Amino acid sequence: MNFFLRMGMLLAGMLTVVIGLWVITDPEWVDLSWVMPDNVVSTFGQSLDNMWLVILWITGVVFVITEITLVVFMVKYRHKEGRKAEYIHGSNKAEVVWTTITFVIVIGIAFYSKGLWDEIRDPDRIPANAYPINMIATQFEWNATYAGADGQFDTSDDFVSRNVLHIPVAQPVVVNLIAQDVIHSFFLPEFRVKQDAVPGMITPVWFEATRTGEFTLACAELCGLGHYTMGGTVIVHSQADFQDWLESRQAEAEDD
Amino acid sequence: MSTTTATETHAGPVEHHELSFIRKYIFSTDHKMIARQFLFSALMFLLLGGLLAVMIRWQLGFPGRPLPAFIQWIFPDTMAPGGIILPEFYNSLVTMHATFMVFFALMPLMAGVFGNLLIPLQIGAEDMAFPRINMVSFWIMPVAGFIMLASFFVEGGAAGAGWTSYAPLSTSGEWTGVYMGQILWLVSLIVLGFSSILGALNYVSTVINMRAPGMTWFRIPLATWALFVTSWLLLLAIPILTGGLLLLLFDQTIGTAFFRPEGSGEPLLWQHIFWFFGHPEVYILILPAMGFVSEVIPCRSRKPIFGYHSMVIALVAIGFLGWVVWGHHMFQSGMNPLLGMTFVVTTMVIAVPSAIKTFNWMGTLWRGDIHYDTPLLHAVAFVALFIIGGLSGIFMASAPVDIYIHDTYFIVAHLHYVLVGGSLFGIFAGITFWYPKMFGRMMNEGLGKVHFALSFLFYNMAFFPMHNLGVQGMMRRIYDPNQYEYLQGLQPLNTFISISIFLFAATQIIFAFNFLWSLRYGKVSGNNPWKSNTLLWTTPSPPPHGNFPEMPTVYRGPYEYSHPDREEDYWPQDEPPATSDAGGQPAAAPTLEPIPGD
Amino acid sequence: MSQAAVATMDRKPMPGMMVYNKKLGMWVFLLSEVMFFTSLIGTYVIMRFAHPDHWTDPGVVLNVPLTAVNTFFLICSSVTMVKAFAAIQQGDQKGLQRWLLATILIGATFVGIQAVEYIALSGEGFVPALDSYHAVGRGNPHEGPSLGGPLYGATFYAMTGFHGAHVSIGVLCLIFVYIQSLRGAYSVQDYEGVEVIGLYWHFVDLVWILLFTIVYLI
Repeated sequence: MNFFLRMGMLLAGMLTVVIGLWVITDPEWVDLSWVMPDNVVSTFGQSLDNMWLVILWITGVVFVITEITLVVFMVKYRHKEGRKAEYIHGSNKAEVVWTTITFVIVIGIAFYSKGLWDEIRDPDRIPANAYPINMIATQFEWNATYAGADGQFDTSDDFVSRNVLHIPVAQPVVVNLIAQDVIHSFFLPEFRVKQDAVPGMITPVWFEATRTGEFTLACAELCGLGHYTMGGTVIVHSQADFQDWLESRQAEAEDD
Repeated sequence: MSTTTATETHAGPVEHHELSFIRKYIFSTDHKMIARQFLFSALMFLLLGGLLAVMIRWQLGFPGRPLPAFIQWIFPDTMAPGGIILPEFYNSLVTMHATFMVFFALMPLMAGVFGNLLIPLQIGAEDMAFPRINMVSFWIMPVAGFIMLASFFVEGGAAGAGWTSYAPLSTSGEWTGVYMGQILWLVSLIVLGFSSILGALNYVSTVINMRAPGMTWFRIPLATWALFVTSWLLLLAIPILTGGLLLLLFDQTIGTAFFRPEGSGEPLLWQHIFWFFGHPEVYILILPAMGFVSEVIPCRSRKPIFGYHSMVIALVAIGFLGWVVWGHHMFQSGMNPLLGMTFVVTTMVIAVPSAIKTFNWMGTLWRGDIHYDTPLLHAVAFVALFIIGGLSGIFMASAPVDIYIHDTYFIVAHLHYVLVGGSLFGIFAGITFWYPKMFGRMMNEGLGKVHFALSFLFYNMAFFPMHNLGVQGMMRRIYDPNQYEYLQGLQPLNTFISISIFLFAATQIIFAFNFLWSLRYGKVSGNNPWKSNTLLWTTPSPPPHGNFPEMPTVYRGPYEYSHPDREEDYWPQDEPPATSDAGGQPAAAPTLEPIPGD
Repeated sequence: MSQAAVATMDRKPMPGMMVYNKKLGMWVFLLSEVMFFTSLIGTYVIMRFAHPDHWTDPGVVLNVPLTAVNTFFLICSSVTMVKAFAAIQQGDQKGLQRWLLATILIGATFVGIQAVEYIALSGEGFVPALDSYHAVGRGNPHEGPSLGGPLYGATFYAMTGFHGAHVSIGVLCLIFVYIQSLRGAYSVQDYEGVEVIGLYWHFVDLVWILLFTIVYLI
């Protein structure tokens, strides 16, 4: 049977299997997207998504070119009676060219990453007016600790919000991660925020919300049996509502 | 035997009296028998690792559903009461799946099987430099494996802190609910390390000191080169792991605080030690497979490898660079961000030699005469899937982007593309290619092609969508993602993946059947069924004790395929040149002059 | 040269590293041992910089004079090892046996003294474990405030303990080589076994000199 006919039938069979299973399990098409979900809610989050897109384009182009070339070579140079392979050991010129191009691309991406990395991670770049919240991570809950009316932590008027992080919109916030037992990881998917909370260290992580709403807080580092239950909520209030919420919680704390 | 000569040699097959069954099959010092021992053990552990993966995917694909009745009875109530997998057992499953796959399946397959089988035969040696140490190196493995298996049966169950065993989680049963299991995990790996070190020092010594005359460094086949570089990585990385494991063992048992913050210990120190070993480790897991691919593609395309010298340089470069990238596993750990940036640069740079190798494999196929044999199909699949694994690595090499995808299924996708798409398909290429030399018979081509096609299909159906799970934000090592509202929509995709994994696992039955059936009923292969050039294929299949009737002499490199002046499209390394000087010189006095065809 | 002449020439493998297999193997093995001690010593260095308050001045807790003597013993054992090797290079069987025995005895003494030291230290509360750590300083019979912290003990015992284990294994191997020498296994033509155990022994000695410096003197 003709090579192309055989290959065509094989591919058709494979496609049938894939589509068949897809139909049976019925996932959402949007889950197959290679673009970051359209839910970003932080200032630098959009920059991260843009960087993702740039890398996606570059790797995508390389992927398409290399895989198609591979298929073309496999088909074009398959064994045929009477044709001999070409006796060639290589090409120094080709080596130099593709090494240089690869090197330039990857180093370019490295340097492109530096700006955003510094913005997010450099302790000196944490905005001076960032509102501090202590986040105590323990097996298996997130205890957001607020300073209370006196503005000082570790005083009697501190209060804790269990598993719910309340923050104001359009205001930088710095969360000081304090792990009490094992390593947890503070993951806010929609904010594109992730930072490990390591016992014995206090690790600051800052971000600024761009709109109000309720969002996800997750633990992203295996921390024991209840790791999968260690979820919470981030509630972004308008600045006025946040003040109200703060004051009412502070009043309660003082009453204690 | 004078100590002043460079090496000891025997000429001719070593005459032994007939060995007892025990000396021949159980406590053998013949590298080929040891390779078989490693092969059977490693395939058993590969099967176990695969079953553990199937259990993981059962939970993720059908959460809270009891296991099917025919396997439910295996698991006691401490693991899966009523067939429903418990969260603690799930944590053990993810830990032990990776542990068995990395340490008891892939490493023995790469180094133990192919290091033992290929190195002496490809360089023209009669056996390894230290045959008795070779035997010890094998037997340590089942001992360590037994300890690891035993950990399932102790109270508290098997280790559940991930194969990375991060501290402080792993330092105490107080955090995981696992006590003895964690200790046994450490003891097992400490013991296993000796197997790797002894094996590696054997391979290194053999390659350096026991090459046949004329086998200059740049006439060594790439599989041996890859195994040589891998052996150096093993020698230098495993002791680091052993040190760290011992310190963690002390934290767990005698109450030290190396990694426990309550005693001023540093959890990050564990990560640094582990990943300083861990990154060279992943190159240990892939370089040999690259070597196999570099043998199979030229041979079955009847064409010299494109850029032999670049391939060697790339192997060595990966070997060196692999030591300075470990921090990319720790970008989000709280490590100094400036240090993180240096790891971004080094990690990006290490993509370059891998890319060089990929282009060279493609260059080898270009204008080749490609025979669609099972080994070739697996080797080309390696290239195709390694491209995906490598490109996905670019995303996580960028530290800010890694903020989002660290500890998500994007990482799981990446690692499985390089370890399964890469290493496992490379191993399939190696097994199907060298099976005739090992057992004297060919594996069945029809079954081989069916196994290949179905494996390739189901593998990609299972693992490609994992990239998307990661992009949607699904975390790793998570017993029940439906606890998170934003992940609930991913359940159908998880089910799709799980079913694909079940089908992938079931497909391996074809391979197992082919493997076992062909031992008895496969077509007799003869010396050189693939018409390859290396010294290995000049011996009978299987080779006798001592391998070569007399020490071969090498006249040319291993990739002289389709030479225009020859009628045959291959040119074995030990064939003396014709009277005209077309392509090789004898090297009775080893010469380092450049020779056409080198 | 004709092909036939080439084919029958004495076939020897490629020269490689120009050392015989056992020696090459031992060098390679010692490289892996270097990495093992690197992980332990590296841990020590990192911890010492991160938490200097866990350490005291040299000599306050550890017995430097005794260990200095012990170090001298170990160096002597390297000398006796060299003498043993030199003896068999000359074919002197009796010399080989005598010097091997000397090396064994001195090596065993080293381990013994270290064991004694460990017992004394743990009696003074200097132990590796966090909970029971209570170092009160050399020769202090009274209870007092704890000197330094548990990382001091933990790193001390990890480094010196594994070194001591390597010395002990070395002594056992030396005993094996000694017994072999009594059986006449070595000669001017073949003293590979002696040379490689010598290499291992010198390595163990070198590691100790490094450890003694960074643990006892700094």
